[in-house]
Amino acid sequence: MTKLPPDDELVAALRAGDGAAFADVLDAWSSSMLRLARSFVSTHATAEEVVQDTWLAVVKGLSAFEGRSSFKTWVYRILVNTAKKRGTHEKRSVPWTSLLPGDEDHGPTVDPSRFQGPGGAYPGHWRETPEPWASPEKTALALEIREIITGVLDELPARQRAVISLRDVGDHTAEEVCAMLQISAANQRVLLHRARAVVRARLAGYLGVA
Amino acid sequence: MNCDEFVELVTAFLDGALDPATEDRFVEHLALCEGCERYLEQFRTTIAELGELPPESLSPAVRTDLLDAFRDWHRS
Ligand SMILES: [Zn+2]
Repeated sequence: MTKLPPDDELVAALRAGDGAAFADVLDAWSSSMLRLARSFVSTHATAEEVVQDTWLAVVKGLSAFEGRSSFKTWVYRILVNTAKKRGTHEKRSVPWTSLLPGDEDHGPTVDPSRFQGPGGAYPGHWRETPEPWASPEKTALALEIREIITGVLDELPARQRAVISLRDVGDHTAEEVCAMLQISAANQRVLLHRARAVVRARLAGYLGVA
Repeated sequence: MNCDEFVELVTAFLDGALDPATEDRFVEHLALCEGCERYLEQFRTTIAELGELPPESLSPAVRTDLLDAFRDWHRS
């Protein structure tokens, strides 16, 4: 993948109408943007429309970019706003800035029955240690693991999916994700941890060799 | 630290976000508990596998439309 120039050079090139620079940034970011958009809308086709609308808004709104955030964060915020509007039409709208009061964002991420109760020899410790896993590097497993993970992502609540898509599937930092989604560092971590725990549990059911 | 506390702190630990006292207790538990060492390792594997998902891409038609739109916008 082409390494993009620093923000000031990139934005200057785009403002000057440099089509090659636009193609580079389009190719560099669209994959991650599609995954993020899918957190808000229910089909790949709609996610692609969201990404397309976002890029059109970016092209037309370039003069409004003031450099107060990184250019990428600015573009992703436009994406989130565009996707939220579409999500509202699809009735998938969820509150973003705070954690939800119900089970979705609270409570243990590992089944409490996996740990010893107050009467056990070591309360709060594993009853049985987690089963070891077969090595996922074995190529025969790789494709199935991809399918399992894709399936779990589809089932995650929207905000958890957005955060894990950005942090782990994409390669964004915690700071970037907080800026893009406008959530606090603490909430970002809760959402990420819960999402990872769900994926780990599903992989355990597949890779566990006990 | 107990295992049921440990498993909830893994992401904070990996992000370096634990306060020093909690991080000490976390590492102390890790050194003593085979189950939690394995849990942490499986979390790392999970994160690595998430990073291996193949990239999604825009369809060629959408990509071409966008490149055209960019050119047209700057021509007008
Ligand atoms: Zn333990």
